[in-house]
Order: sequence, then C-alpha cells, then structure tokens
Amino acid sequence: MGYERQADFGTPEVKSDEMVTLTIDGREVTVPAGTSVMRAAAEIGGDIPKLCATDNMQAFGSCRMCLVEIEGARGTPASCTTPVMPGMKVQTQTPRLEKLRRGVMELYISDHPLDCLTCSANNDCELQEQAANVGLRDVRYGYEGENHLGLTTDVSNPYFDFDPSKCIVCSRCVRACDEVQGTFALAIDGRGFASMVSAGQAEDNFLSSECVSCGACVQACPTATLQEKSVRAIGLPERSVVTTCAYCGVGCTFRAEMRGEQLVRMVPWKDGKANRGHSCVKGRFAYGYANHQDRILNPMIRESIDQPWREVSWEEALSYTANKLNEIKAKHGARALGGITSSRCTNEETFLVQKLVRAGFGSNNVDTCARVCHSPTGYGLKTTFGTSAGTQDFDSVMEADVIMVIGANPTDAHPVFGSRMKRRLRQGAKLIVIDPRRIDLVRSPHIQAQHHLPVQPGTNVAVLTSLAHVIVTEGLANEQFIRERCDWDEYQDWARFVSDEKHSPEFLEAVTRVPAQTVREAARLYATGGNGAIYYGLGVTEHSQGSSAVIAIANLAMVTGNIGRPGVGVNPLRGQNNVQGSCDMGSFPHELSGYRHISDEETRSLFENDWGVTLDKDPGLRINNMFDAAVDGSFRALYVQGEDIMQSDPNTQHVAAGLSAMELVIVHDLFLNETANYAHVFLPGSTFLEKDGTFTNAERRIQPVRQVMEPANGYADWEVTQLLANAMGLGWNYTHPSQIIDEIARLTPSFAGLNWERLNEIGSVQWPVNEQNPEGSPVMHVEGFASGKGKFVVTEYIPTDEKAGPRFPLLLTTGRILSQYNVGAQTRRTDNVVWHDQDLLEMHPSDAENRGLKTGDFAKLASRTGETTLRVLVTDRVAPGVVYTTFHHPGTQANVVTTDFSDWATNCPEYKVTAVQVTPSNGPTEWQRDYAEFTERSRRIAGTEMEPAE
Amino acid sequence: MSSTIETLRRMANDIARNLASMGEREAVLATADHIDKFWDPRMKQAIFADGRTGLSDIARGAIDHLASGAHPEPQTRATEFNAVNESGHSDAG
Ligand code: SF4
Ligand code: SF4
Ligand code: SF4
Ligand code: FES
Repeated sequence: MGYERQADFGTPEVKSDEMVTLTIDGREVTVPAGTSVMRAAAEIGGDIPKLCATDNMQAFGSCRMCLVEIEGARGTPASCTTPVMPGMKVQTQTPRLEKLRRGVMELYISDHPLDCLTCSANNDCELQEQAANVGLRDVRYGYEGENHLGLTTDVSNPYFDFDPSKCIVCSRCVRACDEVQGTFALAIDGRGFASMVSAGQAEDNFLSSECVSCGACVQACPTATLQEKSVRAIGLPERSVVTTCAYCGVGCTFRAEMRGEQLVRMVPWKDGKANRGHSCVKGRFAYGYANHQDRILNPMIRESIDQPWREVSWEEALSYTANKLNEIKAKHGARALGGITSSRCTNEETFLVQKLVRAGFGSNNVDTCARVCHSPTGYGLKTTFGTSAGTQDFDSVMEADVIMVIGANPTDAHPVFGSRMKRRLRQGAKLIVIDPRRIDLVRSPHIQAQHHLPVQPGTNVAVLTSLAHVIVTEGLANEQFIRERCDWDEYQDWARFVSDEKHSPEFLEAVTRVPAQTVREAARLYATGGNGAIYYGLGVTEHSQGSSAVIAIANLAMVTGNIGRPGVGVNPLRGQNNVQGSCDMGSFPHELSGYRHISDEETRSLFENDWGVTLDKDPGLRINNMFDAAVDGSFRALYVQGEDIMQSDPNTQHVAAGLSAMELVIVHDLFLNETANYAHVFLPGSTFLEKDGTFTNAERRIQPVRQVMEPANGYADWEVTQLLANAMGLGWNYTHPSQIIDEIARLTPSFAGLNWERLNEIGSVQWPVNEQNPEGSPVMHVEGFASGKGKFVVTEYIPTDEKAGPRFPLLLTTGRILSQYNVGAQTRRTDNVVWHDQDLLEMHPSDAENRGLKTGDFAKLASRTGETTLRVLVTDRVAPGVVYTTFHHPGTQANVVTTDFSDWATNCPEYKVTAVQVTPSNGPTEWQRDYAEFTERSRRIAGTEMEPAE
Repeated sequence: MSSTIETLRRMANDIARNLASMGEREAVLATADHIDKFWDPRMKQAIFADGRTGLSDIARGAIDHLASGAHPEPQTRATEFNAVNESGHSDAG
C-alpha cells in the first residue's frame, strides 16, 4: 500500500435534511444545504486548488486560490466560502481562473524558499502540489526585495519545529488551535507583509507559550513550516495503518505512518468517530517509549527478590513459571493463585488472562485496575439505570445546553473530548463545575463557568443531594418523565428524603463549604437550562462514598429527565484506553464476560462446556483483599499483565507487604516497573503497535488495534498468555486474535454480532451489538431504561472516616496532568517530561505562608499511613485547607500516604481524600531513601554491565 | 496497617451503614446479599468465625444470616446479574 494523505474535502461536512442539487463542470451533484461549492466539487472527485481551506475547520477565504466561475454571478467567488444553491452551474477550470490562480501562487512562491528538493516535506507539501496543479513553472519576482527567508526556526517543542521562513500566512494553524483544540495559543501578528504566526507573546517560543502540543496546527499546516521532527529525522512515510491510541479512554484513532519498519508519525484519523481527526500530545507524539532503552526484551527469572535477575529463554521462563504455579496449586489449592488483567491491553488479551485464571489456575481471583477507578460507576449506574454503561456517545456533547462536570478534568485527562466540550461551550452551552480545584475549564479563553462549586473533598454526596433538594423543593422536577420512565413510589420516597431541611444547601454549607446560593443557582440552571449533560470522573468515584455519589448523579439526571436522547445523559469519563473493555471481558472476580455472575449455574456450564473445565462457583478476591490474603498466607501466586499495582494502588506499604509475602509474582510488562521489584518472573510485553486486537473506549465503542510492526520481544501479549497456558497443559491454539473475538462472541450475548472482518469493514461499533442491535447502540435508554424502570435510590451522606484533625489538618486530593499518563511508565520515557519532570504539591498561599513554604521548596507530606517528600507549588487553584498532587513519578510515591479506606460497595480506594500535614523538609524521607536503594538492588540483571535506569 | 479481620469488619460495617436507609430489616438482607455476591469464601469464613465483635447491628444480622447458610435473592439492582442469554445489565467499572 503506497502512502497518501487522507482526502481533504476543504470544508467541514454539513448535516441538513434539505438537499441541494447543482452542476459542477457539467456533472450533477446533490449535497446537504449549507455545503460549500468546494466540498461539493470534492464529493465528485473534483480538486479545486486551495491553500487556506481544510476540512476540519471553517472556511476562511483568504488565499484566493479556490476561485470559481458561477453562471449568472459576477466575478470569481471563492468556492470555500460560497454555499451551494439549487440549480447553480459552476466552472472550476477556465483559462481565466487558471491565470488568476497562477498569479496568486506566484506571489506566494516568491517569498518562499525554493529548496523543494531538499525540503523534508518534499512531495508532502500542499504548496508544492498546488503550484504544480496551477501549472506554475517560473517566478517573475526575484528574492532581491524584502522577504522572510532569513528567519530562524523555533525548535523548542520536543516534537515539532516551526520554520517561519516557509510560512504562507494561511492561518490554518491559528484556526486549528482556536477551533479544533480551543487553546488559542497562536496569533497572526502584524499586518500585510509583516504578518507572521506567533506563539503568544513576542518573547515566547512554542515551549514557553500556552501551547499544549496537541499537534492540530502541525496537521493543518500545508507547508513544512510546522512539521514533526520525526519526519525530518526519518523521512516521509511510505505506508499507513489505522489503529487506536493506547493511552486514555477517549480512544482516538490514528494513522500510524510508517517508513519501512519505523514509525514516522501518528496522525489523527479524520474518520475516527471518537476523535474526529483530533489528538492530544500523548497519542500524537508520546510513543517513543516503545523503543526506549529501558524496555526489557528477554524473559528473566529469579528464585527470590534479593537476587539479581537472570535472563533466560522463553522456554525456560515459561516452564519454570508453569511448574511453580502447578506446585503452589498442588500444595495450597487453586484459590492461592490469581491474576490481574490489564486495562491497557486488548479485549482479547484481557479475555485470555481471565480465562487462564479461571480455567487454568482454577480460581476466580481475577481483578483489574477498574477496581481502583470506576468500580463505583459500575455499582451506582447499575443500581439506578440497570446498567453501568455510559449513556451517550462523545458527539452528544455538541447538543448539550448545560454541561455539568463533576470531579473530572477533561482538558488534562481526556483532552480530545475536552476540546470537543470546549467547542460546545464556546457555542454558548452553560457550564457548572463541581471540583475542589479550579480546573482549567472554569476559566479558559472564551469560556467561563457559570458556577464553580469548590466542594470540600469527601463531601460530594452532600453537594449532590443538596442540588436534588433544590430541584425537588422548588418544583423543578420533570414529573412527566419520572411517571413514564421511573418507579413513582420510589421517587416519592426519595423526594421526601431530599426535601428534608437537613439536605438543603443552607444546612449543608458548613460541611461542603459551597455557598448555598451557588448550589441553588447551579441546580436551577441544570434543571431548566435545556439539555443537561453530566460528565464525571475519578473525583466522584475514588471516595468512601463513591458508589453513593454515582447513584446521586443518576438521581439528578432522572429527576430532570436528562436521559435517553442526544445532548443529555450521565457520562463517566473512563481513565484507561480499555477499562470499559477489561470489565466487559469478565475481569471482575464475581462475574464472567457480559456481566453474568459466577454463581449462575447455566452461565458456568456454558463456559465449562466450551473450555472443557470445571469452574469455581464462588467469587474470587479483589485486588486489595489479595494483599491481605497474601500476608495471611492463603494467597501465594499472582500473574500481573500490564499494570503497576505497586505504584498505582493505595497504601504502598500494604501493597509491598502483600507482594513480598507471595511465593511467585509474575510481571508481564514492557518495563521493570515498581511491581517488578517484587517479582520472580518477568515476561516481556509488547506495545499496542505490535499486535492486532480491539480496545473499547468510554463510549462503549469497540475499535480495532492493528499491528504495524513485529513485536520487539518476539510475541504479542496474547501469545505470551497462551504460551503460559500451554506450559500449564491447557492446549490452547489461537493463531490470531480474531479467533479470540469469535470465542467472546460465542460466549457473550452483548457481543454476539461481533467479528474481526465485520469490525474492519465498519471501523467501529458501540456495544451491545447482537441480533436486536446489529449496528450497535450509540445512545442508551432511548425507549426506556435498559432493564425496566429507572430507580431512585436514597443516598445518605456519611462522612469518611479519614478526617482532618490537629495532627493532619489538610486534605490531600490527587489527579493527573495532560502530558503524563497514570503511573507514567510510558510517558516518563518520552520527551513529555519537558512539561512535567516531577510531581508537585499544590498548596494555597495562606497554608504555604503559615508553614514558611514557597514555590520550589521541598516539603514533607505526611499522613497516618506514611510520608514522602516533594516540591511545593503555591497556587490559589486549590482552596485553603486542601493540597493536591499527581502520581506520575515513582520517586514521589504519592500512594505512600494514601489510606486503606475505600468505597463501601466496591472497595475502590479513597485516593481523593487523605488527611495530611505538610512541613518544610530538606530531603527525601527514610522510606524514599530505602525504597530507592531497594529498587536499585532489585533491578540488577546478572551478566549485564548496564543496569536499566528508572 | 490493619489486620485482615479488622478490614473485613470495616467492610461489612461500611456496607451496612450505606444500606441502612432502606430500613433495618431490608438492610440486613441487602448487606447479606452484597457480601454473598462479592466476597471470596475465605473472607466469608473469616468473618463467620469471628465473634461478631465490632459489627453494627445490621452487619451482625447480615453475617448471622449468611453464616446460617442462606443465599439471599438479589435485594438491589447491583446484585442482579445477566442470565446466561441476557445482555441488559452491566457493572463495568
Ligand atoms: S500544538 Fe495544539 S495547542 Fe500547540 S499551538 Fe498547535 S494547535 Fe495550539
Ligand atoms: S505556519 Fe503553516 S498553517 Fe500556519 S500560517 Fe504558516 S503556513 Fe499556514
Ligand atoms: S485524548 Fe486520549 S485517546 Fe486521544 S490521543 Fe490523547 S491520550 Fe490518546
Ligand atoms: S481555499 Fe478558499 S480562499 Fe483559500
């Protein structure tokens, strides 16, 4: 397959019920009303020259290259800004047009270096292409006059360069940054000849500007002015493969553009239904970890964790591991064995890991990282709506009138969706933010939240119930909806409960610290402002009342009738790329794929017949209980695929105690992560670029992941799991993940209609996909709730046991930032570290002053559980009494201080509330020093001079 | 660090406390149902064998009920699961 850029229709697609028929160059074409003449021509394969137009932003009409003649109209209008009219007759190629276009092009070229042959964009430059299109052969103006050719290149961004000498001032970059990304980092400074693109203030370069490195401007630039450094280094791509980002739950699709076996660049795919051609810095640029020197390519084993690692063959590693597993099983029973599936791996890989645990190990001790993020979503939405699936697709936000963001920071954690949301907000949708921090959305260019409720950490349920109080007591409930869709008696019980004076915003203000009037206004806006859509994240779930908060959110959506159509709904913003999928695939200890309980005999026998084994009928251990059982001696062996539980799980010392108590810890990963410090077997993992399979994003959208290069470690992760299963004597013989999909479809009603060939044809599909929904299901609960009536459930506010007091007077809450991803194992191994090289502790000026701390100072962060040190950033983004940090760097180990407290229903850890004290410090704590030393010892590899550095 | 049995007591009490608004009798059953559906057998055995100290009334009632060999019917939607051929429920986290 040769390389071609994705087709560019010049102006965005228009949706309209009204169709218009016109004639272009003698050919009839019918398009939706409002479409540009340029796009209409492109639809029938025409190619009107253009420079300033591109189809992911509104037409601008500045370059005058796209002129056409229209019968009966005067002059030569620009086709990009001229809408089609019924019966219009358009000519796109006439001698007059050719002459005009050549003239325009000549002016552009006369101020452009003519080093095409040596330019890195040679053959991938729209200017060059259009010059050829209009037949420009020579330029009448020399370079003697004033020009821009001597300008220097801005190389400050680690991933792309800006060479202003090649700029044709088409503004595509500026508009991409404004319209697509919504950051407004670029401007055209000056006028006429002096006009130039600039990033922020005159002294700014790209790195120091507001730019978030999303790459939209680079993609938009028709010349080599803005270009990926990798293209300069490697050369232009020769082929491309469409695949899905392996970072976050947005699930952006990309063209992985290749030259030979080398990845040149990841370009967002315009047909991607989750991202619509946009990307963030992680998916677009941060793939360098795949070839990082720290990546481990050979299997390694050791008898005990104080020994150095020994590199061995795959055969030796696998038979060693299988023997150990069999021994432990023989001695201590099947329930001493377990596994953790990965939300980073494909559905097929996850399915196999839980199959290995259930069918091979013989226990149900399988869990996944969803435990520590969105398990309360599962519980809360299932309790109220009957199913936990997010109710909308991402497109739905474009029809929302009031957007309520609770405990989520979409511009950092779900950036591409965040940009979508910002676009809708700029169009006039209203915004309510409920978050202890003043996240970027609260005030950003052209966006201002109507209401920010800076809730005290740990009091979400109180705030949500007080919003419901206002809606019910002020008569704003949507009774018609409730009568039709919900259980009326339950509603009345609930309404009585929330109407109680003790749930009024005035009464709860002392607890939530949100001014009552703000709560009242926010409630009125959500209830009466048109389509109300709620988006929430881990700031809701990671609490001792996480499940109750999710229930409270669902109650709000039902009481206002904001469910079951585009523009509304309850939308959990899921963290990892495949966290939805890993749950669907049966990664929880109590259920098989498709959410069927393990105690159900019929379900078990379906799997037992297919797999030829007998399954344990009792639920297995959740992650946190595995550590307890390990310390008690009843849990002894753990297979962890693609997760770093040591860094990501709460109360690090508890995790360390559990892991050290186990006889066999098998880590299957790209790097020697923190968990591997406690491992006896290391099985090298593969990256998403090295395998076929599927990921399911936060909208339940199943998308293909396609192999673009051979696995550097020799095997894709599903193959490694299969090798281990076979070493244990299971006799699996999958030769491609498509066969695993067939098995999933065969055993799981919600995926019955899925197969690899079909998925490749349609690109993506939102489950359920089966006989009733052959095309999948974008919006849930359209005709009524998935299973019967919506249920209102009372949510009593119960304060967490983790309380601030004299010894620990501050509340710590945690989160992530844009450039880093979770435990940072990948992103820390890319140039993204220029934006975030350490975790910082955000602290309000008054708290900092009381403690004599300034920005940049080292401080000790101590809780009842442990202590660590990190540097302070003084900011009024956080309220007095609240401190905030990220958890991307193992040196900080923010989880040393987080506690064992967890959600009452699902045991999702309470990461978002820890009572802490902060004091000045001059160096790492004892734990940090010991741990650093331990890590160094634990990572030794026998016989290698070079020890992998963290 | 708390011991396993302390963790189990806390877990049982947390469940009971959050289901208490259903009313005591219902909450006992719902707590029992929750533990039955989500706890591993060794966790159940450990709390059955523990002397019920440190448990709230609801939690105690639930543990007694389960220890007598009961497997309550689903008491909330959260413990209703798909039957073998169903796809309506999900509890994805
Ligand atoms: S990379 Fe993105 S944020 Fe930065 S200037 Fe370009 S469009 Fe704007
Ligand atoms: S940098 Fe590229 S996109 Fe921006 S104005 Fe110049 S040529 Fe156009
Ligand atoms: S928004 Fe998420 S899925 Fe999209 S490119 Fe960024 S990290 Fe990848
Ligand atoms: S493409 Fe139409 S004016 Fe530039």
